[in-house]
Amino acid sequence: MQDTNKQSVVPGAIESILSIFDSTPGRKIITGLSGLGLVGFIIGHLAGNLSLFFGKDAFNAYAEKLHSLGPLLYVIELGLLAVFVFHIVFAITVTAQNKAARSRGYAVKGNAGKPSRKSLASQSMIYTGLLLLVFTVVHVWMFKYGPGINQGYVADVHGAPARDLYRLVAESFQNIWIVLGYSSIMVLLGFHIRHGFWSAFQSLGAYHPKYTPLIYAAGILLAVVLAVGFIAMPVYIYAFVKV
Amino acid sequence: MSKMTLHLKIWRQKSRNAEGALEDHTIENILPEMSFLEMLDVLNEKLIKAGKEPIEFDSDCREGICGTCGLVINGVAHGPQHLTATCQLHMRTFRDGDTITIEPWRAKAFPILKDLVVDRAAFDRIIQKGGYVSANTGSARDANELPIGKEYADKSFDAAACIGCGACVAACPNASAALFVSAKVSQYTYLPQGHPERYRRVLKMVNQMDEEGFGNCSNHGECEAACPKGISIENIAIMRREYVKAALRAGAAVV
Repeated sequence: MQDTNKQSVVPGAIESILSIFDSTPGRKIITGLSGLGLVGFIIGHLAGNLSLFFGKDAFNAYAEKLHSLGPLLYVIELGLLAVFVFHIVFAITVTAQNKAARSRGYAVKGNAGKPSRKSLASQSMIYTGLLLLVFTVVHVWMFKYGPGINQGYVADVHGAPARDLYRLVAESFQNIWIVLGYSSIMVLLGFHIRHGFWSAFQSLGAYHPKYTPLIYAAGILLAVVLAVGFIAMPVYIYAFVKV
Repeated sequence: MSKMTLHLKIWRQKSRNAEGALEDHTIENILPEMSFLEMLDVLNEKLIKAGKEPIEFDSDCREGICGTCGLVINGVAHGPQHLTATCQLHMRTFRDGDTITIEPWRAKAFPILKDLVVDRAAFDRIIQKGGYVSANTGSARDANELPIGKEYADKSFDAAACIGCGACVAACPNASAALFVSAKVSQYTYLPQGHPERYRRVLKMVNQMDEEGFGNCSNHGECEAACPKGISIENIAIMRREYVKAALRAGAAVV
């Protein structure tokens, strides 16, 4: 890259690479990549949790299996935390810049119609996202750092004592308010993914007149499947499991 | 043809830093075959005759090809008709007795100069950073002397249809200029004439876009729907790919 007009100081390597992610395309790449990472995690999380439908032993065995990963689990958790932090920090800074880019809004708001993909979901990403953040904190506090073996939640997994996570989950979802709260947040998760999934591909530069409509439809399908899948668990426990 | 009576709410603002407000006007005897700007001309004649200050708005060719005009009509940039600039929007689109709200493009990077006129010099500064080919072109070349694949020629041509009106910025919920800049980047991306400056161009233009204070693109796609030339958001994806390639080649986002 040559520029005869400007004889600027050559920045260092780290500074140079960081400058890429300080630009509008760079920030969207971070948000998109971390978002797709989180979608991957959520799919895995749902798949694992579906063991709940196979009863107490299956669910506790699955939880114990994850725990037995030991140090590897910590590495995965730290990586996941980093992805969360990147996604949240970049989403908040991007939104702040967007608000600043139009200090005074329109008196009348309209929609230009197709082929616009502007929707309730696309316009509420920051709100659904922040609510999902609050939910995630409560969710981790409730289950991951909730009562365990020392508080008497002991189950028998393959002949050894393990944490009875099933009992904790089953007890929690006896409360109708927790069931309703979980279910409504999962609807918001669906909204977030409905725009977020295809948008991540577009942010990474993956647009094709033929494939983009498919990715867009896949995002809607994924949003519905994930929301319904996660809502099915508290509803099933509330309706059919008594403790 | 039946004549129409319309109730208008029009943004009035004396100067750049003055406080503005919507002003009500009722206008009669509007013909359906008048253009939107002709309707405003009729209103201005009425205002001038009454000794009042006419409403300032931009227009030039009035043929939908120069990109000078642009109003947000009932919350939609260039009004309700697709692929149509404000000057080519006709009053038959509206009904007798309608209330129409008319506002200027709203973006921090497009300061309002007066009433409905905004300063779009930010676009010029972006173009100055690389929206051109700096080789001497000489006289027109013979047709087909420089072979270009049909699909690339089509993509470039579609991107080059951008008239730089700024409706994409006005329509974007984030006031992002991504569609404009991407059209100006990708019209050269696949052409041999644009190739030597390909990477420098995208870095410089994106940097300038960011410096002007436009928002980020959140992939709403509202810009494409509002664009009078139907520029596809595929160009935004192309710009992002080009940007990453250029930044990695240069080792930095700054040239």
